[in-house]
Amino acid sequence: MKYKDGVILAADTLASYGSEARYKDVCRLKKVGEYTLLGGGGELSDFQYLSDQLDEMADEDWLNEDGCFMGPKEYSSYIGRVMYNRRSKFNPLYNQFVVVGKKKDEPAHLMYVDHQGTAFEENFVATGFGMHLGIPLLRNSWRADMSLDEAKALATKCLEVCFYRDCRAYCKIHIGVCNGTSVDISAPIPLNHFWGHGAWTEKRLEDDDPTATW
Amino acid sequence: MVEVEEPQDYLDVFQSQRGGFSFENCKRNAYLAAQANIKPPTAMKSGTTICGIQLKDAVILAADTRATEGPMVADKNCEKLHYISKNVFCAGAGTAADLQHTCEMMESQMELLRMATGTEPRVCTVVRRLSSMLFKYQGYIGCALVLGGVDVTGPHLYQIYPHGSTDKLPFTTMGSGSLAAMAIMEAEYNENLSIEDGKKLVAKAIRAGIFNDLGSGGNVDVCVITKETGGAILRNYEKPNERKFKAQHAAFPKGTTPILKEEIMKLVSVEEDVVMRD
Repeated sequence: MKYKDGVILAADTLASYGSEARYKDVCRLKKVGEYTLLGGGGELSDFQYLSDQLDEMADEDWLNEDGCFMGPKEYSSYIGRVMYNRRSKFNPLYNQFVVVGKKKDEPAHLMYVDHQGTAFEENFVATGFGMHLGIPLLRNSWRADMSLDEAKALATKCLEVCFYRDCRAYCKIHIGVCNGTSVDISAPIPLNHFWGHGAWTEKRLEDDDPTATW
Repeated sequence: MVEVEEPQDYLDVFQSQRGGFSFENCKRNAYLAAQANIKPPTAMKSGTTICGIQLKDAVILAADTRATEGPMVADKNCEKLHYISKNVFCAGAGTAADLQHTCEMMESQMELLRMATGTEPRVCTVVRRLSSMLFKYQGYIGCALVLGGVDVTGPHLYQIYPHGSTDKLPFTTMGSGSLAAMAIMEAEYNENLSIEDGKKLVAKAIRAGIFNDLGSGGNVDVCVITKETGGAILRNYEKPNERKFKAQHAAFPKGTTPILKEEIMKLVSVEEDVVMRD
C-alpha cells in the first residue's frame, strides 16, 4: 500500500510445492533497478525468470550512463506489456505481481500485474487470498497520509489474518519500503498468532470427561 | 442432476424399491430434461454474509438482507435471522426456501419439546436435530446455519454446514461474504467484549461483507441473545445503503378526475337458503 512518504510491500516467506510447504525462507520481494520493488506470487520459477530479465534491463540502463535510471512507472508498464504478450501467445508467466516504487520526487507508484495481462494502478492491492481477506481491512483503515509505522502495522495485520485463514500462508514475512531515496527489504519478521480463546480452553463439564465434546 | 438408470431386470426394480426413499420425482425430472428439454426452476439462493460471536454471557448474531436469484437481487430487505425459541436464534445462508422451512420445523419441534418437558430447550438439542436431518438428506437441503443461544449451561455458538457437520466456535462467519467478514472478526474479536462493542463488531463484519462481496448487500440485521432477556432481533440495525433520492408524488386530491356517468347494476342476487347436510 501507499503511505505518506512512499509505498510498502509485504509478502510471506513460503514457497509451496502444491500442498507441501517446501521452502519456508524464500524472499518473494525483489529490488529492481534503483527505485522499484517487485513482489511476486504464483509460479516461483517464472518470477525468477522475470527477475533475471529485469536485472539485465537494469544493467543496460546503467550502461547507458545518461544520468537517469528507469523508475517504477517504466518497469511496471514493461512488466504489464510482457505479461499481456505472453498470455496472447498462450505461453503465460503464471504470476500475480505487485510492482511498487517511488522515484525521488515523483509520486509513489503501485501497480498490480496479472498472468492474464491485467494491469492497473491503485492505492493498495493484494494478491491471492489477500484479495478476499486483506482488502476489506485495507478498505476500512487505509488513509493517504499514513505514517510508515501505521502502514507496516496494517500490512502485518492483514498478513496475520491471512495466516489464520489461508491454508497456504506462513507466519514469517518480509516488508519492503520504497521512500524515494532507497529500497529496503527487511529481515524476516515472525508474526504473532493467538490460539487461547476461552471458548476453546475453558472446561464446561464438572468432571474431566475426555470423550465429551459438547 | 442425479443420474437415473432404467431398470434392466427384476433385481434392479427390487433394488430401486428398497429403503425408505422414493425417487419417483427424480425419474420424472430426468425424463423431462431428456425428452422435453425442460430444466427445473432455479432455487432462490441467498448469497450472503452471516456471522456470530460468543461473549462471556451473550451470543450476538448478524446478517445482511440481500436475497439473490442468480445475478439479480430478488429481495433487498429479506430476513435471514430466524426465531427458533426464545433463547435460540439462527442465521441462515443458502437456499432461501430450505432455510425458512427448516427453521420453522425446528421452531415447532422445540415448542413441543418445551411443553412436553417443562424446561427451556437447549442449544445442543437444536444442533443435534438439525445436523441429523441435514445429514439424512446428504446435502440436498442447502442450509448453512450459524446457530446461537444461551441456555442453562451458558452461551453457545455453532456453525452447521449443509451436509450436516457442526462446529462449536467462539466466532464464525458463513456465506459468500464470509471471507470479508472473517477478516474483520479475526482482526478485532476478543472474548471480553461488552454487548455494545459486540454489536458494533458484528455490524462492522457484515458491512465488510456488504461492501466487498457482490452476493451480499442491503441492511444489517443484528440479534442479541442474553440469559436474562432471551433473544431480541434488531431489524435493520444499520442501513448503510439508504436510497438518497426518492420520487415524491403528492396524492391527487379527490375530484381531480371528473365523473361523467354513474351506473349501478345488481349482478348478484343473495338467496337466504339453509342447506341441510347429513
